[in-house]
Amino acid sequence: MAATTEDRLGRSVPAWCPGATGIAGAARLSGGASQETWSFDIVHPDGNIGAILRRAPPGYGAAPERAAGLDAEAVLMREAYEAGIPSPRVLHVLTAADELGTGFIMARVAGETIPRKILRDAQFAAARPMLARQLGGVLAKIHRLDPARLPKLRRMTAAKEIAELAQDYRDYQWPRPVFELALRWLRDNDPGPSAETTLVHGDFRHGNLIVGPDGARAVLDWELAHFGDPMEDLGWICVNSWRFGEIDKPVGGLGRREELFAGYEAEGGHVDPARVAFWEVMGTLRWGVMCCGMMHRFRTGDRSMERAMIGRRTSETEIDLLRLLAPRG
Amino acid sequence: MQDEPTPIELVTAVADFLRDDIAPALKGHSAFKLRVAINALDLVARQLTLAGPGEDAERARLSHLLGEEGDLLDLNRKLAEAIGRGTLDLATPGVAEHLWRTTMDKLAVDQPNYASYRRELAREPKPS
Repeated sequence: MAATTEDRLGRSVPAWCPGATGIAGAARLSGGASQETWSFDIVHPDGNIGAILRRAPPGYGAAPERAAGLDAEAVLMREAYEAGIPSPRVLHVLTAADELGTGFIMARVAGETIPRKILRDAQFAAARPMLARQLGGVLAKIHRLDPARLPKLRRMTAAKEIAELAQDYRDYQWPRPVFELALRWLRDNDPGPSAETTLVHGDFRHGNLIVGPDGARAVLDWELAHFGDPMEDLGWICVNSWRFGEIDKPVGGLGRREELFAGYEAEGGHVDPARVAFWEVMGTLRWGVMCCGMMHRFRTGDRSMERAMIGRRTSETEIDLLRLLAPRG
Repeated sequence: MQDEPTPIELVTAVADFLRDDIAPALKGHSAFKLRVAINALDLVARQLTLAGPGEDAERARLSHLLGEEGDLLDLNRKLAEAIGRGTLDLATPGVAEHLWRTTMDKLAVDQPNYASYRRELAREPKPS
């Protein structure tokens, strides 16, 4: 019988974790065919160590065009950790000898990623009022990571992002007058290349942030990291889709833009609110196009009911685009 | 003519059965998947109820804006292209109103609990 993921993890761990005797409690958490996340414990005489495996299984090594790739993600997380950004410690980058595909193993960080719990549960009541400011500080630290120490990543501009979104939208062949309006607005209002080009996380929002009662504990999922306008990350976290009902608190339903900006500037960053507003429109359209992509994948073979239903959330971004571009009253 | 019960009645009865009798018995991932399934059935019931009259009005608005007749997909494609080219925009009388009405009608089917929709709905005069 072929070795299972558990068997292979059990063989890998003692090679890089001195004293470890094996693993226990391996459970697959999520992900599609091309990327998997597993949670497990490293069994160690000094006490078990919670760990997460993030990998593309053998045969799924090639990253899609826009993804940084798992090896790059591991480097980014290590650099983030070293720079004092809340981040899980990377324990091991997979090698061919592991027979686990490409990816890495990191320490498991306790906390919550589910937005509705972070926004409503009593245990986060003390963290909520400080998170918008804290996340601004985290972003400033991300943006000042030294590019010389970072992996090769795509270099993006607003114009390139507009062109990619337009292409994706056209590929789906479903007319959306509101998306056309947004694309037109973005082209007409493109502020041009930014004065500063920095590392951009690319997906800094609920779901990719582990939060504890004490605040932000880890930034996850660097898959969409690239070099570009740092204001993109500030605009993306203000997209209404990440407010989960708390629509008067633009920063992830947690707080005001001014708090995010103050946290960013306290860590030495410089905020351009007009560019942030531009990227919020871009981000709203981007999530809308991603919802259409889910519908497209559903149509073209993946029959997942969840994907089909995310396709029906595209109209959420259409109303949010109208609220931004054609506000009533 | 097809017989009763109507598709709306059947879909609603199935959704109610899953919600009331099956959901309480499930846990974990299956419970999550069932919730998605019930949401999908509720959406279908809303669409069967609301889409007909909404789409008739949408087609009439599109014909008026574009000055031509056609099916809904075709007219939407033409409006999208006109906005993309800039021959129609928010300054064109009726465009903003049309986009708002159409989008509100979509949300009423897709996600009637979405907070932006609730907020915008509260701004509209109540139908008398």
